[in-house]
Amino acid sequence: MKIYKYGDNVDTDVIIPARHLNNPDPKALASHCMEDIDETFASTVEHGDIVVAGANFGCGSSREHAPLALKSCGVKCVIAKSFARIFYRNSINIGFPILECPEAAEAIAPGDAVSVDFQTGVIIDETSGKTFQAAPFPAFVDGIIEAGGLLHSLKARGVAK
Amino acid sequence: MGMTMTQKILARHAGLASVEAGQLIEARLDLVLGNDITAPVAITEFDKAGLTQIFDKDKIAIVLDHSVPCKDIKSAQLCAQARAFAQRFDITHFYDVGQMGVEHALIPEKGLAAPGEVIIGADSHTCTYGALGAFSTGVGSTDMAAGMATGLAWFKVPSAIRVTLTGKLPPYVSGKDVVLHLIGLIGVDGALYKSLEFAGEGVAELAMDDRFTIANMAIEAGAKNGIFPVDDQTRDYLRGRVDRPWEAVEPDADAVYDQEVVIDLSALQPTVALPHLPSNTKTVDEVAGLPIQQVVIGSCTNGRLKDLQEAADILRGRKVAKGVRCIVLPATQQIMMDAMAQGLVQIFIEAGCAVSTPTCGPCLGGHMGVLSNGERAVSTTNRNFVGRMGPTDSEIILASPAVAAASAVAGCIADPAKL
Repeated sequence: MKIYKYGDNVDTDVIIPARHLNNPDPKALASHCMEDIDETFASTVEHGDIVVAGANFGCGSSREHAPLALKSCGVKCVIAKSFARIFYRNSINIGFPILECPEAAEAIAPGDAVSVDFQTGVIIDETSGKTFQAAPFPAFVDGIIEAGGLLHSLKARGVAK
Repeated sequence: MGMTMTQKILARHAGLASVEAGQLIEARLDLVLGNDITAPVAITEFDKAGLTQIFDKDKIAIVLDHSVPCKDIKSAQLCAQARAFAQRFDITHFYDVGQMGVEHALIPEKGLAAPGEVIIGADSHTCTYGALGAFSTGVGSTDMAAGMATGLAWFKVPSAIRVTLTGKLPPYVSGKDVVLHLIGLIGVDGALYKSLEFAGEGVAELAMDDRFTIANMAIEAGAKNGIFPVDDQTRDYLRGRVDRPWEAVEPDADAVYDQEVVIDLSALQPTVALPHLPSNTKTVDEVAGLPIQQVVIGSCTNGRLKDLQEAADILRGRKVAKGVRCIVLPATQQIMMDAMAQGLVQIFIEAGCAVSTPTCGPCLGGHMGVLSNGERAVSTTNRNFVGRMGPTDSEIILASPAVAAASAVAGCIADPAKL
């Protein structure tokens, strides 16, 4: 696995530029993911890689195409100092794991080997030997993720038909 | 403990006597909105999940505004998907080319947002309707799909920042300058997960169109929503548009705020945001003279009648500078007709502007005004991120309609008061 590390305020326009929104096929979105801040991302990213970023990750446009593009690239999760709120809820709703952990986001370096336990929120930087604790999701949110996303959880409850 | 405006609205829609910041609730929705980019993703998810019912055909709005009139085949296919869904469920508030407008100008104009209501839209600038005292917030496509199916959405109840406005706006200063100044003060994540609640005697000094602009850009400070109290101007705006009952919500006297920001409107100057963040603000005189190649006047932020009037006041009898393209996009058909009736369209065309049918096009670098390499635009839109309107080396400077119009005439960033 590899770490891709970015700074603060990575907006959804750079995660997936609007010029590519006319084709919402996840594979098409993945092929342009991050291209406006990192030309090599889409061609080098592999299943299980992790994106580490600063504050306010995913700010700007509400486009769900952004977490979809990252998920479709095979990105395992995003670890950030903080997330913009629409990106946060979009990620939960589509079952894409995100972890809010300022300490880990600061300390993890590109090239580090990192493992993540989504159940406990424990992040281990195996290269530096440091362990971090991300803020756990509330039970309500865990329920959405466990059901495989918001629509499935609403169907399971019988409120969506 | 007292509740903020937002908390009171959310409590009522969750069937609870009270809520507090951080609480997770499920709220009843008065309107679910989507556009030609986000609705198709929602519809695909709706179908994929095997859903076959919507909660209320009168409480869903689909507005084709981003890539229309369609810019390419793929966009046309997305519009066709949205159109078919609207037809299948007989969606009352479906707006296609010819009736559509930029959604956040159109929804209030059509009376689809009212004080005290809870509205979600699969577009981040859905927060605009806070100008009318509604709780309205941007969400993603899956939330839209869930909202269409159930009439419900989950929320974490936000805490709030109170923004107290005092004084009165000076000439050539408008709502855009207020909100850019505010974002410059608190930063692009200054209100992350929170409400921005506007208060103070200065609110009465702001026209509805200025309030729409301010609420619209709450998201650019990271806010969940921006919300204004309801006053006589709000009631005037709603008269003849909204005929269902609504109730204005006021914050409790003992509502708790995380922070208070006081802005003296009288002290504000025309303000711009330099690339590549809306918080990168300067007063116009600090950056006057910076050359530009394009001006965009329009969008869900600044495409309303007052915006066009302010731009036309500057452009009347003047010409757009050689080497500058000035594109004016009245945000709805009604605004276009009002602008024509008031002679504004004539002023724009005589000045050398291109006047367009409503579209979000240039704001997100979609069409109708995409930049080339190294070009710089002054735009009344809401985002100046890297690559937003063109290649990554193009630049957007966010400004008010008055500053944009003055800059179009000068060929560089210009103070409308000093033209």
